[in-house]
Amino acid sequence: MEKLMAALKAQIVEQLNLQEVKPEDIGDDQPLFKDGLGLDSIDALEIIVLLQQHYGIRIANPEQGPEIFHSVRTIAEFITAHQTAK
Amino acid sequence: MYNGDVYITGSCVIRDNRVYRDGVQLLETPRELELPEFLRAGYDHFSGQYPKFHKMDPLSKLGWLAAEVLLKEVPLSSYPRESVGLILANKSASLDTDLRYFDSVKDIASPALFVYTLPNIVMGEISIRHGFKGENAFFTTDVFDREFMVGYISQLFLENAVSACLCGWVEVMGPAYEVMLYKVERTGDGGLVFNADNLQKAASI
Amino acid sequence: MNSNVWIAGGGVICGIGNNLPECLEAFKRMEPGMAHMEYLHSVHRHTFPVVEVKASNATLAEWTGMPEHISRTALLSCVAAQEAWNSTGLGDISQYRVGFISANTVGGMDKTEDFFADYLQDTSKGHLNQVVHHECGAITELVADAMGIRHHISTISTACSSSANALMYGARLLKNNMVDVVIAGGTDALTRFTLNGFNTLMILDPAASRPFDDTRTGLNLGEGAGYVVLVSDALAAELPATRQPWCRLSGYANANDAYHQTASSPDGTGNFLAMQGALEMSGIKPEDIDYINLHGTGTQNNDAAEGAAIARLFAPEYPPVSSTKSFTGHTLGASGGIEAVFSAWSVKEGIIYPNANFHKQMKELPFAPVTKFTAGQELKHVMSNSFGFGGNCSSLVFSKNAQS
Repeated sequence: MEKLMAALKAQIVEQLNLQEVKPEDIGDDQPLFKDGLGLDSIDALEIIVLLQQHYGIRIANPEQGPEIFHSVRTIAEFITAHQTAK
Repeated sequence: MYNGDVYITGSCVIRDNRVYRDGVQLLETPRELELPEFLRAGYDHFSGQYPKFHKMDPLSKLGWLAAEVLLKEVPLSSYPRESVGLILANKSASLDTDLRYFDSVKDIASPALFVYTLPNIVMGEISIRHGFKGENAFFTTDVFDREFMVGYISQLFLENAVSACLCGWVEVMGPAYEVMLYKVERTGDGGLVFNADNLQKAASI
Repeated sequence: MNSNVWIAGGGVICGIGNNLPECLEAFKRMEPGMAHMEYLHSVHRHTFPVVEVKASNATLAEWTGMPEHISRTALLSCVAAQEAWNSTGLGDISQYRVGFISANTVGGMDKTEDFFADYLQDTSKGHLNQVVHHECGAITELVADAMGIRHHISTISTACSSSANALMYGARLLKNNMVDVVIAGGTDALTRFTLNGFNTLMILDPAASRPFDDTRTGLNLGEGAGYVVLVSDALAAELPATRQPWCRLSGYANANDAYHQTASSPDGTGNFLAMQGALEMSGIKPEDIDYINLHGTGTQNNDAAEGAAIARLFAPEYPPVSSTKSFTGHTLGASGGIEAVFSAWSVKEGIIYPNANFHKQMKELPFAPVTKFTAGQELKHVMSNSFGFGGNCSSLVFSKNAQS
């Protein structure tokens, strides 16, 4: 889980072009959207692309986004659950 | 009472890796520096503290940066937000980003790139930054038609559609780019009268 | 300065009809145009319904006299612009100072896509003549040439509010006596570029869209073109008794939502400002509006924001509202022009258009769209909304009588 979260942070910083954020600055439980890291709806779509590219996971319903993408930890948990489920 | 006169109260020119305000050079980077690096240097020099900048496409970055330079010291804050307009033009619309988006489609199409495949998004970015809610228009023309720009905007002032605006030319296609952005207001102490000759004059370096 | 701008005629082509009478029939019969793709080639052929114009490029070329190999965006434009001009009875176009203000967002992208398919296989392949009309402005010039318009030609590209802005621009040309008559509106053909792009934003509905319905999940893309013919008081007075103007374009306004690149603010600030500004220019109050042709795309975000803005401006009494996109799909840069034709005709004939696929009122709104076609009502003022990415919001008001 720790490894996965570290990888995710680096991927998020790269995919979302967060030039002024270092991966290690993102807290495991820090909210990613709004007041947290300040991501928006387009960033959420880019994270959906990221999950598809790096983890082969498809999210068809964007309504699921806010729940899954709350923090790096919730995304990691989603990936883990999804991959074991396969 | 408004007498129909409108003034150019500021100009920003960005070309050849240089940034000028009111004819004075404020930033120069080596000419061999590529556009993304030059834009980053401009952002660091004039602004910072606006991470969304890095997500913009080159067209939005150029327009946004010019607005930043123009408004940093003398913002249009005395006007109601609803009466500050943005009227821009260029030659290549959003073609520069269209092509990069098209390239991403081969793999997985990028939503963050698709967002910028419209030329008027640059006006959205400037509006978001400064809270401007007035009229917007974006024209695609072969060259910067100053007569046209003056005619169109004068009508906006006559109709009371705007009481101030940013206007000008924001063009980028690959490595080639040029920005001439102007601040135009009803009241302009010492400003140039808003006409085509003065648009040229205000941007002459 | 305060002269009137009259609508002397209009023309439209879209997925529910190749001209205005055919579209009106589709509304009467409650026949929306969503279907599987026939002319557009895409991997999403069976995933997303679209609202295509039911004619091949060869057929469109035959109708217009334009060459078949040019962009579909130009062919559609020419069909609707010709219908618009012919509906006015103004006769020989060369005897007037004519402005052609045409909006579009895709330009010749359809042909560029064909070019790239060959070119990417082999860089020595691909016909360069397929990309010469790629730019939005080239489309307007092709159609202006075909129609013999030389005086004033302009292209506006501000996303989905583009052609509403073309009407605003046209009205200003007339008010400044720069031209005698303006053909204003817009055009957009379906392309893979836009289909894939809207798909990445996850706002395409895999079923028929349900604007202003609580269960809505997105939009259907459409294609088409729509133009009105704007004339000044002087020219309106010269029109023959049998071809009197439909109505006036009495008000218009554009505002920026200043919230997000593509999303509307939750309270629809820009939408509110545009509608309020248009009413102000018309010199009327919200209660004077007899029907609103909504932007109503069917996305969660648009309909919530537009609805909130209407609730704020019109409370406590709401005029009949409907989204004709539930029939035509979202035709992007053409939508403001197509809906301007529908709205102006609505004033003339007292028509309120139905909203298809509506079942459940949105929880947060105190009103619901109209679901039945009616004609012959007394409509004095009709509003048409067009809101686009980049926060670009426009509202138009069409009114019956001369300014008092």
